[in-house]
Amino acid sequence: MYAYDELDRTLVHERVSEFRDQVNRRLSGELTEDEFKMLRLQNGVYLQLHAYMYRVAIPYGTLSSRQLRALAHVARRYDRGYGHFTTRQNIQYNWIKLAELPDAMADLAEVGIHSMQTSGNNTRNVTSDQWAGVAPGEVEDPRIWSELLRQYTTLHPEFSFLPRKFKFAITASDHDRAAIKVHDIGLRLHRNADGETGFEVLVGGGLGRTPFIGKTIKPFVHGHDLLSYVESILRVYNQYGRRDNIYKARIKILVHELGIEKFAQEVEEEWQQMRGSALTIDDAVIEDIRSRFSYPAYEKLPHMPEELRKAAHDRHFEAWRKNSVFPHKAPGYAIVTLSLKPVGGPPGDATAEQMDAIADLADQYSFGEIRVGHEQNLALPHVARRDLPVLWKALDRIGVATPNVNLVTDIIACPGLDYCSLANARSIPIAQELTRRFANHETATMIGRLHVNISGCINACGHHHVGHIGILGVEKNGEEFYQITIGGRADEHAEVGTLIGPAVRYGEVADVIEDIVEAYLALRARPDELFVDSVKRLGVEPFRERVYATR
Amino acid sequence: MHVADDSEIPGDGAILVSAARFVENAQALSQRTEPTGVIWPNNRDLDDLLPHLADVAVVALVFPTFRDGRAYTQARLLRERHGFKGELRATGQVLRDQFVFMLRAGFDAFEVKKQSDAEAFATTVKHYSVFYQPTGDGRITALHQRMQLRLSENARQ
Repeated sequence: MYAYDELDRTLVHERVSEFRDQVNRRLSGELTEDEFKMLRLQNGVYLQLHAYMYRVAIPYGTLSSRQLRALAHVARRYDRGYGHFTTRQNIQYNWIKLAELPDAMADLAEVGIHSMQTSGNNTRNVTSDQWAGVAPGEVEDPRIWSELLRQYTTLHPEFSFLPRKFKFAITASDHDRAAIKVHDIGLRLHRNADGETGFEVLVGGGLGRTPFIGKTIKPFVHGHDLLSYVESILRVYNQYGRRDNIYKARIKILVHELGIEKFAQEVEEEWQQMRGSALTIDDAVIEDIRSRFSYPAYEKLPHMPEELRKAAHDRHFEAWRKNSVFPHKAPGYAIVTLSLKPVGGPPGDATAEQMDAIADLADQYSFGEIRVGHEQNLALPHVARRDLPVLWKALDRIGVATPNVNLVTDIIACPGLDYCSLANARSIPIAQELTRRFANHETATMIGRLHVNISGCINACGHHHVGHIGILGVEKNGEEFYQITIGGRADEHAEVGTLIGPAVRYGEVADVIEDIVEAYLALRARPDELFVDSVKRLGVEPFRERVYATR
Repeated sequence: MHVADDSEIPGDGAILVSAARFVENAQALSQRTEPTGVIWPNNRDLDDLLPHLADVAVVALVFPTFRDGRAYTQARLLRERHGFKGELRATGQVLRDQFVFMLRAGFDAFEVKKQSDAEAFATTVKHYSVFYQPTGDGRITALHQRMQLRLSENARQ
C-alpha cells in the first residue's frame, strides 16, 4: 500500500479548497455553467439524469481498510447508502448534492483519496492489475510505476486540456488483468536482456464508438525514461489530436490516421529532444516511491492447513473456494475475489454496510488491504489459507460470496439508462435478468469462463466490444434494442467482438444469450474449450444461425 | 496596440501583428526600434516563428476556448526548447482557474476576460504549493523535494 507523505496530502487539500471556491463561484453565479462544467468534470463531477454523479479514483485499485470505510462514509453521509465500482478502478456515487461535494471531497482527502481527473479531457486514473504485488510469476510490482505515473499525470500544466480523455493501464504479468490493449497508453512491464526494468509501450487502444486494439509503439522503454517517453506521446497528441470532432478526438484516431509508423516517428523525434531531461527518473527516486509501499510480513504457513481439509466436506464452501480463491505468490496464502454480482443485483454495487464489513474483514484477514478490479469485483489480496473457511462464512453473510467469478453471471455493466444521461438503453435490468437465468451454479460452472459485458450506449463504458459476449444498447424509434457481439476479449489476446446479426428487442436479450450459450455447449470440442475459443475456431456463423433461425 | 492586417504598420510604438503579417514582413519588422509582438495561432507550427524569435518582444498565444490546451505546449516549447526570453502572453478565454498551469508552462502575461479573475491573480497563483512535474518555471517538484528531504535527514544522522 502506498502511504501519502506531507506533499501528497498538501496537494489534495489544496485541490479541495480550490474546488470549494469554484463551487461557491458557481452557486453565486460568478461562473457560468459552461465554465464550471470543465472545472467540475476535472474533479469527477458529472450532471446525470437525476442528480450530480461523483466519481472517485482508486489508483491502481489498491485501498486500505481505512480508505474503504471513508468510501462507505461518503455513501452513507452524502448519498443513498451505496456506491458503484466501475471498470476503471473508480467508485461512483449517484445522488450527491453539489453544495455538499466539497465536504465529501474533504472527508476523502483525510484518508488520501481524491477525485482529480476522473473525468474531463485529461489523463485519467492510472489503472493496474488488481493482483499487483501478489500474483505469482509477476515480474515486479507495477504499482510503483503506477504511482509515479499518478503523480506525473496529476495536474499536469501542459496536458490538462487535451483533445479528449486519456487513459493509462499497466501490467507486469503475462496474463493481462488490466486490459492494457484497450487503453490510450498500455504499459507491459518486462526486463531486457540485461535484467533492467522497462516497458513495452502500446498506444491507441480504446473502445467507444470506434474500437481499436492498441499497437506497440516501442518494445522496450527503459524505466528511467518512462516519463519522458510518455510526455513525448502526450505532446504529439496535444498538438495534433483532432479537436474538430469529439468522436474523432481520441489518440486512437490520430494513430489510425497517421499510421503507427508515422506516429511512432513523430514521438521518437520529440523524445530525442527531451531524453535525459529533468523527467529522467533515477534509481533513488524509484526507491523512494517503493519505500512508501508497505508489504505484509507473511508467516510461514502450510498450503493445506487442517482448517481447509475439514471445510472440504462443505459443498458450498468448496464451490466458492474453487471459484473465488486464487494462487498467491506467498505459500500458505491466497487471493480472494469478492463477487459484487449477486443474483438479481446491479453489477458492481456495494452498500455502505458491505463496505464497512469488508474493511473489517480486511483488517482481520488481509493485512488491512482491499483491491478493486476492472471486472467490478473486489479482492482481499493476502488471505492465509487457513482463514478461508471462516472468511467465507463472513463474506457469505454480507452477500459477497456468490461463487460466480469469471462465470456467465459475473457481468460487467455500465449504469445505463437507469442513471446515465448519455445512455440509449438500460444495462442493469439486462444484467439482472441474465443472473437469474443462469443462477444455477452447476450450470454456470459447466459453461465455464464466459465474460458478458453490457453497455447502454456506444460510449462503451461496459466494455461490450471486449466481452466474450457483448451487449450494446441502441435506440430505434424510441425503443430499446440490443446488438450482440461474440468473440471479444480484453486480455493479452485482446480482440474486438463480431456482430452476430440484427439488433434484438429488450425482452429478447436473455433468450438470445441463452441460445448462444446452448449453441456453444453443443459445439464445443471439449468441456474445457472456453466459449471464446470455440468462437475463434468456428467463427460467428453457427451462433448466428442458432439465434436467428427461429426469429 | 493590435495592428489589423489591412492597416499600415506604424513606425513607432509597441505593436502586435498577426502571424501571417509577421511572417510576410519579418525583415521590415525586425528593423523597428520599438517592441514588436506577434499573435501566434495554436494550430500553426512554431517553425516559421523560430528564426525571428530574437526580434520579437511579445508572443501572444491563443486559447480560443479554455478547453483547447494546444498553447500550453507551444509555450513550453518556446521557453524551454527555444529559449524565448520575451513576454509570453496568454490570450483568448483566460480564467483564473488556468493561471497556475499557464505560469508553469512559461506564460508571464495574461489578457484576462473577467475583472474579478484579474483581481484574484495574486491569491490564485499562491494557491498551490506542491508540483509533481518538472517544467521550465523552476518550481521544485515533489520528487526532488523528497530527495532533498532524504539527503538532509541522512546528513543529520
